[in-house]
Amino acid sequence: MIAQSLMDLWQGFGVALQPHNLMWCFFGVLVGNMIGVLPGMGALSAISILLPLTYTLSPVPAILMLAGIFYGSMYGGAIGAILLNLPVHPPHAVACLDGYPMTKQGKGGTALGLTMIASFFAASVGIVVMIFASALMVKIAFAFGPAEIFSVMLLGLLAGGTMSMGSPLKGVATTIIGLLLGVVGTDINSGTQRFTFGIVALSDRVELVALALGVFGVAEFLKSVNRMQVVGSGARVRLRDMRPSKAELKQSFFPMLRGTLVGVLFGALPGTGPVITTFIAYALEKKVSKTPERFGHGALEGVVSPEASSHSKTQMDFIPTMSLGIPGDAVMALILGALMIQGIAPGPRLISEHADLFWGLIASFWIGNILLVVLNVPLIGLWVSLLRVPYRYLFPSALFFIAVGIYSTNNSLFEVGEALVFGVAGAILLALDFPVAPILLGYVLGPMVEENFRRALLLARGDLLVFFVQPISAGFLAVCALLILLQVFVALRTSFRKRRAGAGLISHGVDYTVKL
Amino acid sequence: MRRFMSKYNKDHYGGGLMLLLGVGILLQGATYQVGTLSHMGPGFFPVALGAILALVGVAIFFTAERSAPHVAEERLPPEWRGWILIVSSMIAFIVLGTYGGLAPATFAVVFISALADRKHTIKSAIVLALAMVAVCAVIFRWALDLQFPLFGWG
Repeated sequence: MIAQSLMDLWQGFGVALQPHNLMWCFFGVLVGNMIGVLPGMGALSAISILLPLTYTLSPVPAILMLAGIFYGSMYGGAIGAILLNLPVHPPHAVACLDGYPMTKQGKGGTALGLTMIASFFAASVGIVVMIFASALMVKIAFAFGPAEIFSVMLLGLLAGGTMSMGSPLKGVATTIIGLLLGVVGTDINSGTQRFTFGIVALSDRVELVALALGVFGVAEFLKSVNRMQVVGSGARVRLRDMRPSKAELKQSFFPMLRGTLVGVLFGALPGTGPVITTFIAYALEKKVSKTPERFGHGALEGVVSPEASSHSKTQMDFIPTMSLGIPGDAVMALILGALMIQGIAPGPRLISEHADLFWGLIASFWIGNILLVVLNVPLIGLWVSLLRVPYRYLFPSALFFIAVGIYSTNNSLFEVGEALVFGVAGAILLALDFPVAPILLGYVLGPMVEENFRRALLLARGDLLVFFVQPISAGFLAVCALLILLQVFVALRTSFRKRRAGAGLISHGVDYTVKL
Repeated sequence: MRRFMSKYNKDHYGGGLMLLLGVGILLQGATYQVGTLSHMGPGFFPVALGAILALVGVAIFFTAERSAPHVAEERLPPEWRGWILIVSSMIAFIVLGTYGGLAPATFAVVFISALADRKHTIKSAIVLALAMVAVCAVIFRWALDLQFPLFGWG
């Protein structure tokens, strides 16, 4: 099996190195890197804005480009966090804690250089794990019937809703809103128009791009207009500064390894976002360190390990998405949506039926990561100056790209209006401290969840026990129950401690809160 | 009013909103055929989800922090000017896109939303908007050949 995988990978490199594919991969990482650097624009907005561009492409370059944007923006996000203390990209918020102090000590270049090395290392490990795990997952996946698929999706949704930052209950609420948005349109079994309220344009589902850009674009601008403070620090980074010394390399090797492992382990769990992974990596590093008091004042380990974990996690995220067709988070849901627009059905057959796509993607990860390291070294000066682009120029232009991007999806101005509605709704939810990322996850999984739930119960003649009798399905449900119990336990403990500590004191768990 | 505001916080409003939304969806979903577990109609899934959403709303409401004096919570002043201008810029794009073409629509969306930021002057907003019209003409009309005339009536 391993030899077969290596053979396939070799072919994948052939696919990824075709000039046309290589060009789009390069374009993806470049744009992703650039957008990742810009304040207030993360991987989600970057992918949603460029999604319409993929309609004119064939599936392979389209996916290579989107994936490139994803991990490209991860490289970019770290730059703002370390140099300017801008925690605008949630997964990189941790990098601020120790990265910015390093910059203040004049070691910002070193921190960036080490981050890049760690990212590349972690991504490579993630890719290797992905190569072997995918083949295994496919074998398991073929044993899945509707009951199993429903249960594993339920687990993904539950984890996606509750394990992101903020209140788990609110996460569940937005997940359900997402599922309900997936219901809008014509029911495939009966042809009934659901929640269309007589609007013809809604009978063909809510548009993915409009939803994503409304919730992650328009809502974000509504939230941060006149509130985004971009601090232009005088940080100058030269090429020479980025090369770490031998001692620093040695010092960061084990943190890098630990961070990578954390990312791999948590990547395997569906629904655990990259934010939580980086926080765990940081906490672990602080715990094993002999000198935990250095953390927060420019500890190298506190930068390297979380960044490594987010990159290996990114690669791992692709495993359930590509082999089961079940996205772990909102970014993967978008990429899955793009696959479906291209007419490729996600699921266990994807790897065998679209071998060129799957192995090409894996090979392109490596090529893209090498490109990113090569790109970032000479372009770092440009990125730093990009960081100073004032928000007031940024968001009107982005709003225009959003409007045109949505229009180009189906040549429909109605969908621009859809995005506006979702934007306003998203802003209200954000203002009430609801996480919005689960909406997209719910929306993409919604139709599949409903379809499999109905099919499983039809086969079992309405006996709900079917989900508990079959071992694989029961296993997933047991994990769901465990997850809920864990959340209840944490909530009870927090409120207990709070009561004991008296009002006014913020409990330990809460001060990690990062708004998604 | 102030006392009313301080008695309830974000969690109360959020929970109440979810409860209303859930009940609304439940009622609307019930107008489609619900069916039984073995033969589910198109209404079953929405009704079930609406019910769960309403319950979650109730749970959010009752687990809300008992209105502890939220000193830590920073109260940002509402940003009405920004919100209204951003929303109207997108409406302007839709209206002008329908009746005027891509170029005026582009100008409108960038110009109006730029004014949402207090640091912009009318002049700088016009410059930014004109620049974006040029970018738009080159990228979308010329390079990508978008099906959207730059100027056109009706």
